[in-house]
Amino acid sequence: MAERVGVYVCHCGSNIAGMVDCEAVARWAKENVSDVVVSRDYKFMCSSLGQAMIEEDIRKEGLTRVVVAACSPHLHEKTFRRACSNAGLNPYLMQMCNIREHVSWVAQDRDAATDKARSLVSASVARVRRQKPLEPMKVTVNPRTLVVGGGIAGLQATLELADAGYPVVLVERSPSIGGHMAQFDKTFPTLDCSACILTPKMSEAYQHENVTLYSYAELEEVSGSVGSFKVRIRKRARSVKEDLCTGCGACIEKCPRKVVDNDFEVGLGYRKAIYMPFPQAVPKIPVIDRENCTWFQRGKCRVCEKMCQPGAIDYDQQDEIIELDVGNIILATGWKLFDCSRLPQYGYGRLANVFTNMEFERLCNAAGPTGGRIVLRDGKTEPASVAIVHCVGSRDKNHNEHCSAVCCMAALKFGHLVLEKTGAEVYSFYIDMRTNQKMYEEFYCRLLEEGMHFIRGRVAEITDAARLPGEEGKLIIQCEDTLLGRQRRIPVDMVVLMGALEPQADAKELGLRCGISCSMAGWYTERHPKLDPVATMTDGVFVAGACQGAKDIPAAVAQGAAAAARVMGMITKGTVEIEPVTASIDEEGCSGCRICNNMCPYNAIEYDAGRNVSRVITALCKGCGTCVAACPAGVITGAHFNNEQIGAEIEGILWDAGAAAARAGAASGHAAAV
Amino acid sequence: MKYAFYPGCSLEVNAAAYDVSVRAVARVLGIELVELDDWNCCGATEYFSQDELTACAVIARNLALVEPSMDQLTAPCAACFLNLKKVDRLMAEHPELGGRINEALAAGGLHYDPGRVRVRHLLELIHTDVGEEAIKARVVRPLTGLRVAPYYGCQVVRPYKDVDDPEYPVKMDELFKWLGAEVVDYPVKSHCCGGHMTQISEPEAFELIRRLLQSAREYDTDVIACLCPMCQLNMDAYQSRVNGMFNTSFSIPVLYFTQLLGLALGLPEKELGFGKEIVPAGPVIRAKVAAC
Amino acid sequence: MSSTARARKHEWVDEVVAETPNGHRLRHCIQCGTCGGSCPNGAEMDYTPRAVFNLIVAGQKDKVLSSNTMWQCVSCYFCTARCPHQIPITDIMYTLKRMAIREGYGRGSDAPALAKAFTYYVDKYGRSFEMGLASRYHLLNRPLAAMKMGGMGFNMFKRGRMALSPSKIRQIDQLQAIIRRARQLGGAS
Repeated sequence: MAERVGVYVCHCGSNIAGMVDCEAVARWAKENVSDVVVSRDYKFMCSSLGQAMIEEDIRKEGLTRVVVAACSPHLHEKTFRRACSNAGLNPYLMQMCNIREHVSWVAQDRDAATDKARSLVSASVARVRRQKPLEPMKVTVNPRTLVVGGGIAGLQATLELADAGYPVVLVERSPSIGGHMAQFDKTFPTLDCSACILTPKMSEAYQHENVTLYSYAELEEVSGSVGSFKVRIRKRARSVKEDLCTGCGACIEKCPRKVVDNDFEVGLGYRKAIYMPFPQAVPKIPVIDRENCTWFQRGKCRVCEKMCQPGAIDYDQQDEIIELDVGNIILATGWKLFDCSRLPQYGYGRLANVFTNMEFERLCNAAGPTGGRIVLRDGKTEPASVAIVHCVGSRDKNHNEHCSAVCCMAALKFGHLVLEKTGAEVYSFYIDMRTNQKMYEEFYCRLLEEGMHFIRGRVAEITDAARLPGEEGKLIIQCEDTLLGRQRRIPVDMVVLMGALEPQADAKELGLRCGISCSMAGWYTERHPKLDPVATMTDGVFVAGACQGAKDIPAAVAQGAAAAARVMGMITKGTVEIEPVTASIDEEGCSGCRICNNMCPYNAIEYDAGRNVSRVITALCKGCGTCVAACPAGVITGAHFNNEQIGAEIEGILWDAGAAAARAGAASGHAAAV
Repeated sequence: MKYAFYPGCSLEVNAAAYDVSVRAVARVLGIELVELDDWNCCGATEYFSQDELTACAVIARNLALVEPSMDQLTAPCAACFLNLKKVDRLMAEHPELGGRINEALAAGGLHYDPGRVRVRHLLELIHTDVGEEAIKARVVRPLTGLRVAPYYGCQVVRPYKDVDDPEYPVKMDELFKWLGAEVVDYPVKSHCCGGHMTQISEPEAFELIRRLLQSAREYDTDVIACLCPMCQLNMDAYQSRVNGMFNTSFSIPVLYFTQLLGLALGLPEKELGFGKEIVPAGPVIRAKVAAC
Repeated sequence: MSSTARARKHEWVDEVVAETPNGHRLRHCIQCGTCGGSCPNGAEMDYTPRAVFNLIVAGQKDKVLSSNTMWQCVSCYFCTARCPHQIPITDIMYTLKRMAIREGYGRGSDAPALAKAFTYYVDKYGRSFEMGLASRYHLLNRPLAAMKMGGMGFNMFKRGRMALSPSKIRQIDQLQAIIRRARQLGGAS
């Protein structure tokens, strides 16, 4: 029995209609393509009215197939499939062709564009005739969530999920959770003490009955798909038995080996070979840095073992591998600081009193290496003047093109702390003042009132080569004061560089492990930059916080909560539908050659040794088609993309090939005759 | 190690010390420099003020003259080096301009395919192709105790950033370390000497030179080593006039890096153009470097 | 080019952009002032390089071409190396020099005369010639300054660093043919 096909050509406002004659295409389909019983064009097919049109036609005209010529299926395939199923038609009996991105937006000529649209509609009709009804697979969503990264975004996501009653596994790479926020002194614009607002969340996460924290651990491998991921976590050996350790700190006190702390104290302070990153660390369990420990390097010492009353030190401890099933993954892996020595003209690393923003945070922090005193590198002299340099490594095509979002506010914060704690003059050297969130502009006003100096000019050079009187022994900031239109040299005692926020060095690699990608700048790619900033193109994997793009604490917290809400939505729904666009192997024809096994990028093909055949694990299959193409016997079929369907589609495109060839033949014949 | 060699106009007379020391050092290090036959002036910074296409074509003639069997061209002068490299790159990155340059060259029966010749400055060539081991092995007279301030100037390290660090270059510093010298680490080693400003406006020009000499003195420099005839001329020949304008008393000899390199390799002063400098280098060299 | 960009009315900035390789990057100038801050002669300029770009974009051709900015440029390339938008600032300075000479500006500086004298010898002999430069440029333009250079000149001559007659390349005809054709083809990019 012949199918009854409905064709719908969308104008998309003027996006398609501006270049394609939609009305003509619809009319042509009705008149020329067999089996088309209804053919309409409409301004916005995706609107309620547009969808209602399809639904009504299915019911009234008894349509058995639907073709929608509109925008990209990425946007609205779901919409039109839903319209079909609302009207009782299997959603896989609908085919969408893209006459916007593939035709209107790339065409220069209306006639050519309309011709191409006709070919695509013809192709879709030819294909849709061969499509079969399919039923999506339902997969139960594992209520356990994996959160990678214990900074403020990750903590927020963890707590929201845990408070809602769902189990969370939180994995953090460093020995303690808290992230960069634990290093800050005060936070803008409220000037809250960072640790004071952070540590309650840290404790809560640690003590929460629904949270399992793996610190000093990394995510090593991910397999599976939304609702049922299998993850492998490597819990690195602390050399301390967590169940016995009381966190008394006696081991740390007596450890004879001092090491420069390049992580938490960013090189400004020391720690021991056995250490906790900071006093409020969570968990309060030390770690032995084996590369700097006398016992591990030279076979001597073991003082910590002697001092440990509960006997928690364990030099033979090995890394532990933990394998878990989770339903969803949230990546909240944060950022790293730009290496300011990459701008040698600023002298970082060469001129002693040039500091980075993170170094300055540690100076200001009361628990930091100087007890909160703002002093020069000598550890004692208070500066009489401080310069704060904006945009170091940001807004710079030579390094990072992006704006790091937080530095203008942080610079104001630093200015305030200098004015509060010292008698110094403080100067900000900026290109623009970006104080655009709630209470941020008011904070800028506050600093203007407090007497901070602002010079609009990106710093050209920082030097100790004195030239003018008053410069001897100082660091000189050379810039153009662009508002005055002249070059200025300002001598100061101390310089703070506002280094850029960059993606973590291994962000891309971690992303690939989870099946998501990064932008050119290295931030994780969200599903939609405006409308879906925490989801990714991979179902079940979410991103939150600075790893998606430089942002401040309020934004990171909001994203953590947003990711948690999305996950909760999936958990409460309970199941997730897996697209039935999957491969299947005809076991009769399979010879057990196993070529497909290694080709599958999703490890979705297993081998049954007993029967010597390969078999697709449907829940893991993403329908990419690699195995279909690779199979030498041609016994693998891709549902919804089988040979018949694809062949029909090609024939549909070539609907006027005969006529076109005749036209071309006539033209060349004519030319030859002349 | 065989390279096409573009001496540049200055090396003929004004910077003869650079010329003889380059050739002497090349001999000892086993570098074969094949002078471009009938090369013409690169136009320095002057031709670009007149006419861009002509300036490029004048430079491109030299690139076109490099023999087909050679694919590397080295120039000791910074401005020549930059001009040659710039035109090669411009032709590659802007095919339309490249086409017109070739059209001009065609009037002289010449043609140049951009990218065919790799243009290199002599310092980078010695640092990279000869290298630490080979140079250290040939040092006969280490420059121990001689405080050398390597001066890079501008056009070797900028705008092309692939030769050395554009702000804080190190290749000459490293070379002198290999020669046993005490390398002076001073902040203005890639600041401008003023270039042709000395011919146009002395107050500005002399101030730029003064800044360099001032810093060198502050850091207790015995001798400044440079890699460009213009820089050498400015800091050496104009030193007394700088003293006159600013009432300073600088007396720092300024030599080409190849002259000092030659000394370390055991060559005698007279083969390295010593004596051509205006501020005499002899006294400090003889005082600090072992028997010459 | 995006299909939504409409053709804009032709302005002077378009000429500056067209005559400089990669000149289009000038449109990305965010007026940060790095160039003005880096310039060794920045303090001596009527307008810093940044201010000049502002003027160019605002169409202030006369102000720009009559300023001393480009004549103070020593081609140190600090600006170009540091510009966060990789604008070819030094090359734009060369473009402005050429435009100024072509349109009759630049009388406030000796730089155009120096360029002219220098290229005269390149065109005539294929090599630069300092003594010639000394006479053509110094004696003609700034005789008093030339006298002050007498001492230095003598020192240079004593050390064998001053040639008394020019060198000439063998195939000067070839070079001159190339130069003629280049001039015909129109100079500007």
